[in-house]
Amino acid sequence: MIEIGLGHYLTLGAIVFFLGVIGIFLNRKNVIVILMSIELILLAVNINLISFSIFSGDILGQIFTMLILTVAAAEAAIGLAIIVVFYRNRGSIRVEDIHGMKG
Amino acid sequence: MHYAVLFLPLAGSILGYFGKSIKNSFAELVTTLFTSIAAILSIIIFYKGVNNSEYGNYKLFEWISSGNFTSNWSINIDPLSSIMLVVVTLVSALVHVYSIGYMSHDPHKPRFMSYLSLFTFSMLALVVSDNFLQLFFGWEGVGLCSYLLIGFWYKKNSANNAAIKAFIVNRIGDFGLAVGIFLIFQHMGTINFDEVFQLAQLHSDKKIIFLGLEGNFITIVCLFLFIGAMGKSAQFFLHTWLPDAMEGPTPVSALIHAATMVTAGVFLVVRCSPLFEYSEYALSVVAIVGMITAIFAASVALVQNDIKKIIAYSTCSQLGYMFFAAGIGAYHVAIFHLFTHAFFKALLFLGAGSVIHAFKDEQDIRNMGGVWKKLPYTHFLMLIGTLALTGFPFLSGFYSKDAIIEFAYFKNSTVGSYATSVGIFTAFLTAVYSWRLFFKTFYGSFNNKKFSINETHDSPFIMLLPLIILALGAIFAGYFFKDIFIGHDNQNFWQGSIFFLKENQHDHIPTWLLLITPILVTIAIPISYYYFIKNTKILEEFKNTNIPLHNFLINKWYVDELYDFTIVNPIKKLGLFLWKKGDQDTIDKFGPDGISKVIKFISNKAVQFQSGYIYDYAFVMLIGLSALITFLILN
Repeated sequence: MIEIGLGHYLTLGAIVFFLGVIGIFLNRKNVIVILMSIELILLAVNINLISFSIFSGDILGQIFTMLILTVAAAEAAIGLAIIVVFYRNRGSIRVEDIHGMKG
Repeated sequence: MHYAVLFLPLAGSILGYFGKSIKNSFAELVTTLFTSIAAILSIIIFYKGVNNSEYGNYKLFEWISSGNFTSNWSINIDPLSSIMLVVVTLVSALVHVYSIGYMSHDPHKPRFMSYLSLFTFSMLALVVSDNFLQLFFGWEGVGLCSYLLIGFWYKKNSANNAAIKAFIVNRIGDFGLAVGIFLIFQHMGTINFDEVFQLAQLHSDKKIIFLGLEGNFITIVCLFLFIGAMGKSAQFFLHTWLPDAMEGPTPVSALIHAATMVTAGVFLVVRCSPLFEYSEYALSVVAIVGMITAIFAASVALVQNDIKKIIAYSTCSQLGYMFFAAGIGAYHVAIFHLFTHAFFKALLFLGAGSVIHAFKDEQDIRNMGGVWKKLPYTHFLMLIGTLALTGFPFLSGFYSKDAIIEFAYFKNSTVGSYATSVGIFTAFLTAVYSWRLFFKTFYGSFNNKKFSINETHDSPFIMLLPLIILALGAIFAGYFFKDIFIGHDNQNFWQGSIFFLKENQHDHIPTWLLLITPILVTIAIPISYYYFIKNTKILEEFKNTNIPLHNFLINKWYVDELYDFTIVNPIKKLGLFLWKKGDQDTIDKFGPDGISKVIKFISNKAVQFQSGYIYDYAFVMLIGLSALITFLILN
């Protein structure tokens, strides 16, 4: 049996983080997927915080995680609300259709 | 009183211009009233001067004082300027009155009246100055007003072109005048008339080197001053602007281009008589240019068809008379002719305006004729003007013109004898073209196809009143003033405002000389009537057999064409070249245009960077963040 140490947790966090980042870039279809990718990134951060908190014996990291989870929930709610409004206005939430900032 | 004469027209001009929001007639009233008061005051000044010798120099304020250079604004009243005061303000006041009628349908009348008054002020500033600087101010001021008034109908392209032409041709003359003044200051150290004229004798033999050429100082100065006079007085070589200036309203032609502004050159030469007297050479140049102009303009006037252009060339020719009178040393006769000419030429111009009014803005005398019964007053007044201009016995032109010819005869020099014959011959030409104008306008058959003869009507009283006053002047001015101006004791009157180095000889006038001019101008009347009205076929045939001569005259000796060919077109080409190649293709291309083009190119590239897709922005953010972190870690 391998001892599961800090390195493993951090590796997991890094993998989840990059999954999120790649999800943002490669996704060309749906804005909701972008929102989900952002959640993944936040979760990766949480994993990091929790593992550091456990391995260093400091409870502060876990408190932070609870805070981030709350904020993330609020953020997801707002993001979804924006998407709903956007859909009403434009009739589409495809990423290709969102280019209002094109110069 | 003297201040009022000078500044009333200026006040009228300003009030009239800014009073246009009050009421249109306010400007008319205030400008006309003020100039009329100035006219009455000038006559009083003149009267006092003649009877009581009340002259003087009234200083207004010191204008420029720098080192040993001082020049004042002042009102210098002497015999010469008092005559000019009367001429300028009187004709100006009458023209103001006339304009009320003539311009009654023009929407910009306040502006017109204001310019007229401003012109009057500038002209007065010119004639009453006691130094060259104030004279130059007035000189430029009248040039500006002339430009503004020729181009008064600014929507007419030809009027704008004529205005610019007048301004530019005058600029050449003004440059000469300015150089003359500079030279006077450089070598004499002052520009006040009194001091300059006193120093003239000291400098009479001085040689200076100008542009590498050695010459007599006085001669060079006088020639430059004369170039200025040539420009302003439309003498040959610089005359081309005057006929074109007829694009302006007729009252302007009467005031500026007949009676006052164009005589400024004559005034300058007479004012500077203490300088000119010391240079035989310069005087000969003045006389010769005057003779050429007199005969040239008279010959061109013979064939022109525009009523105003004929009178314009006539003015040019009469100015030539004044100059050769000055050139042979008869300055007082030149001023006398200036004085009488102002009356009858303003009368002719205003009469022509009345005719143009009657013919509904028709100016071609070929489209006129037969209306003498319909326009009785205009006809009669024009008759007086024509008689006076041609020098018909006992009208004003007779006295002044014959005096010029007599003085030329007494001069007993080559120039003098030429001047005599040119004077007599031009007097005959003058008679012919004047009667041609008169007969073609009023007699023969009615030739206008646009409307019937019954539609023509005489002008309103307000336009006829100035004509009547001018006609009185044209009849009596010569008779009443000849003794004062050119009589035996004329030195009594001029009191050194005109300087004669040598006494003018007064021998007995031979009878043939006394009779030849009046006889010539009198027989010109039936001759003109016969050839221009009764039997036009002879002239037609003559014209057809001498087409080159006719073309030469109708194209004004091809002077305009010559200038176009030698000066205007090359300069135009040079200007176009500098504009297209120098300005557009060099300065603009590498300067402002080039820089803006580069910026536009760069920003076009930068715009493409903004794709508008979120993932692109996120990607850039990621890259940026990574780079930043990498940088921080490595540090």
